[in-house]
Amino acid sequence: MQSFTKVKTLITPLDKVNVDTDQIVPKQFLKLVQKSGFGKFLFYNWRYDDNEQLKSDFVLNDLKYKNSKILVAGDNFGCGSSREHAVWALQDYGFSVVISTSFADIFYSNCFKNGILPIILDSKTVEKLQQETTEVEVDLKNQIIKTSSQTIPFDIDSHKKKILLEGLDDIAHTLLYEKQISEFEKQSKIPSVL
Amino acid sequence: MEKTLFEKIWDAHIVVEKKNGPSLIYIDRHLVHEVTSPQAFDGLRMNNRKVRRPDLTIATMDHNVPTNNRTLPILDQTSAIQIQTLEKNCNDFGIQLFDINSPNQGIVHVIGPQLGITLPGSTIVCGDSHTSTHGAFGALAFGIGTSEVEHVLASQTLWLEKPIPFEIRVEGKRKNPHAVTAKDIILSIIKNIGTSGGNGTVIEYRGDGISDLSMEQRMTICNMSIEAGARAGLIAPDEKTFEYLRGRKYTPKNYESLVDYWRDNLKTDSDAKFEKKYTLHIDDIVPQVSWGTNPGMTCDVTESIPSPEEYSKGDQNQKRGAEKALEYMALKPGTPITEIKIDRVFIGSCTNARLEDLIEASKVVKGKKISSYVRAMVVPGSQMVKKQAEELGLDKIFTDADFEWRDAGCSMCLGMNPDILSPGERCASTSNRNFEGRQGTGGRTHLVSPVMAAAAAIAGHFVDVREMDLN
Repeated sequence: MQSFTKVKTLITPLDKVNVDTDQIVPKQFLKLVQKSGFGKFLFYNWRYDDNEQLKSDFVLNDLKYKNSKILVAGDNFGCGSSREHAVWALQDYGFSVVISTSFADIFYSNCFKNGILPIILDSKTVEKLQQETTEVEVDLKNQIIKTSSQTIPFDIDSHKKKILLEGLDDIAHTLLYEKQISEFEKQSKIPSVL
Repeated sequence: MEKTLFEKIWDAHIVVEKKNGPSLIYIDRHLVHEVTSPQAFDGLRMNNRKVRRPDLTIATMDHNVPTNNRTLPILDQTSAIQIQTLEKNCNDFGIQLFDINSPNQGIVHVIGPQLGITLPGSTIVCGDSHTSTHGAFGALAFGIGTSEVEHVLASQTLWLEKPIPFEIRVEGKRKNPHAVTAKDIILSIIKNIGTSGGNGTVIEYRGDGISDLSMEQRMTICNMSIEAGARAGLIAPDEKTFEYLRGRKYTPKNYESLVDYWRDNLKTDSDAKFEKKYTLHIDDIVPQVSWGTNPGMTCDVTESIPSPEEYSKGDQNQKRGAEKALEYMALKPGTPITEIKIDRVFIGSCTNARLEDLIEASKVVKGKKISSYVRAMVVPGSQMVKKQAEELGLDKIFTDADFEWRDAGCSMCLGMNPDILSPGERCASTSNRNFEGRQGTGGRTHLVSPVMAAAAAIAGHFVDVREMDLN
């Protein structure tokens, strides 16, 4: 997995609450059998009109945010379906940080598997960040967000931080515990299915 | 120390525990379907890894399978590729697959319990958020992303942060249990605690309002735990649970000794602490209808569409959300729910497509015809449900009323197969999500119970099903 250290770009403000993963990537695009190429489907029904033309009033279509890597959205981002395609779409489009007041659990966990940093901040700070018009730096190592006028600290679990900073392969790490897994299986009460 | 049921199951599955940070949790059952698994199998191949426990892994195809005429080839090429990919992956890695022609095929959360794969006290995962359904059997069951699917395939474990135990008590007795259903209980809960009210928690549903329910009704409750944001929903197993699983295809040979153990152990201790609590009294609840674009935007069938001000109670973000929802749904505040006309009816999904759901809906439909401007379909949750329903003659009741009677799959719950709404169409649906475009781009979904959906099909608009004779 790609590691994450620091980004500095404009913020893309998405002024919506309860953004569900059906909006992040609609179902008709879940049929691909690979992980790449989902960026063009990101927020598809908000980005494109019925003739597949870009809608001028949707924030991602504003050219000034073209190189933004930081998305800031309202409460409960990523709710609903477990589809990791939502995270693949955000990443493929170019985002590597998502900031909100809260995230749905499965979406939050999926971010760390794909090198995306989800940051939880209080609603006042989120609203203020959405107004920010100059570049903002997100520094994972020092757990700070620097705007033109202030430095905002953020919390992150140390294990999750390590995964992102080092771009760890989770499975290789887990397989080091083979002995413990085998021992667990020997005493398990739940029988095989077949 | 006194423990909740969730904590007991969690503790019994810890493989590695660390002081700070996640624990490595063993997974007893892994359910796999065609949409969220191809990239996981690819990852195994790229790293030359095997499936650690094919004997704990079961696959079926449900999300994008067509529900009419299984003898024809699948026309949508991308769906066909995804289905073929699952066949190849199961073949290559030695996993039991219930394919499109299997009598055991169906929605993964319907077939798990029906086949006796779901067991109390076990941990169950699937790359699908409605895995919470299996919690009705006292299993710790939750949805995972594709990277985690790969992780479980390779190691049979997951690194997990321990969620918070959340007690939801359902107290009292419904006055008309045929008209006010488990769906109305869970929609009432979500309406009250909100779509993020359960974030970071595992809900345990307790109280006489829960123990009164059948296993199929309990599954409807646990299924929608994720719509309140909870990772999982749980109900302590009782004699109904043990009876439901007895003698099924994959019920373990030592089942009775397991039951003895579960009966003694799988319950919350009397002094165990829940960090969060909520109580719903159900004596006076009525049928529910969602009006917006998330399941929390729901009201009583006797009410009118609320204004964004009423709904948001002063929260500006929620108010904007409600305004956008009403615009999308083309609804005006003050419109009585019973005056909302519908174009389509969908009785199906992992929430409400089990035999009991179809029996209850058929009582509403029997001897009647659906409204001339409504198109309605019944999609049984599994081929087994379909067969059982046909043995009872339910297919005839529905088709005589001009419902379409289909094969099993997720179908119009998420519209990955050809069963979708056209833009602007309004649907009374027994599914679980009314998100924008969920059932088809531009489609408008109202979440209701099976009897409410059936009654709406006949009338052409929502009606209070309590006014009908359902006994």
